[in-house]
Amino acid sequence: MEKNRRSFLKFAGISVLGLGSLSLLDGLTSDGVIASSGQTSAEATFKTTANALTAQRWGMVIDTRKIDGGICKDMEEACHTAHNVPDHEEKRHEIKWIWETEYKHAFPEKTDEFLTERLKDLPIPVLCNHCQNPPCVQACPTQATFQRPDGIVMMDFHRCIGCRFCMAACPFGSRSFNFRDPRADNAIKHENPDFPTRMKGVVEKCNFCAERLAVGKQPACVEASQGALIFGDLGDPESEVRQLLKENYAIRRKQNLGTNPSVYYLV
Amino acid sequence: MNDKPKIIIGLIIFFAVFTFPFWYNHGAASSAPEVKLTEKAKAAKQCVRDTEFMRKEHMQLLNDWRNRTVRDAQRIYEIDGKEYMASLSNTCMDCHSNKAEFCDKCHEYASVNPYCWDCHTYPKEKK
Repeated sequence: MEKNRRSFLKFAGISVLGLGSLSLLDGLTSDGVIASSGQTSAEATFKTTANALTAQRWGMVIDTRKIDGGICKDMEEACHTAHNVPDHEEKRHEIKWIWETEYKHAFPEKTDEFLTERLKDLPIPVLCNHCQNPPCVQACPTQATFQRPDGIVMMDFHRCIGCRFCMAACPFGSRSFNFRDPRADNAIKHENPDFPTRMKGVVEKCNFCAERLAVGKQPACVEASQGALIFGDLGDPESEVRQLLKENYAIRRKQNLGTNPSVYYLV
Repeated sequence: MNDKPKIIIGLIIFFAVFTFPFWYNHGAASSAPEVKLTEKAKAAKQCVRDTEFMRKEHMQLLNDWRNRTVRDAQRIYEIDGKEYMASLSNTCMDCHSNKAEFCDKCHEYASVNPYCWDCHTYPKEKK
């Protein structure tokens, strides 16, 4: 047979088609494998724990009239111990989930020239506000930070790539970055075996104690607050937090930014 | 074709060098490691799934567990009427408290480096 351009092109065309269909077949069979392994796990189901606390929208009321420096320390201690938050000596490596600050820093737009004496020196406990419209969630490129249906803004540390966009997006400074290995230098004084640590290069923040709510417990800071922190369902008009908000004037941090925080302060 | 001997010698040398790793390591392959079970794991007879499944698919299972727990807040894994808390540190490591003998042995043999332990804690073992 004479090898001309026409026969060569025909042959090449058929060969490409043949190879293409081979890989197509390969793809079909491997899809089948995935489908069958999916079937084997179909008999297993996942569900929430029976004693889990649930809400339409979790929220917190902080009664600053009952707060003092000692309670702030206790809450910080309780939270940071429960979540294996490392205590680095250098300020620039600091990791914090809940901490105390001054009124003028917590509420910069509500700081008047002649502010009442009491508020001037009062320690204000601040934490992640679990905003209903969270800018950190919008900023996260990997969906490591996400909002649960019950309003908790959570982090999936497995997915965090440490880009720190969320830290730039958060107007409350609620997020900390692990510049150092949290396990190094004995930074975790008392390791809580029920909660994981983090690794170097991920961001972390308050999770409203999602792991404690799942087993029917109140958040660690609320337990340590001696009644100064009240945690409950903002979506339920009968809940304790809603009753408190009905009867008292409450403020929220940087409300004008439109993030709609779920943490209220009674002043 | 006066170079025939040279070519043949060259080919022999080439194949010798090319197959060197195979015959050098022949018979020296270390046998697959036997994982050691703790007394508690032995007494339980079966893990959350049968041994065959756990051997092949424990990584997929753990991946499912973490996604459901973290992202959907569904922390209970139910199978055959039994319920388990989907937790690596608290459920898996409760029975398999011998990480060095159980997890690491195979992972080292297969040269995989799962990063579970960068964050998740495991029981301290007596040396």
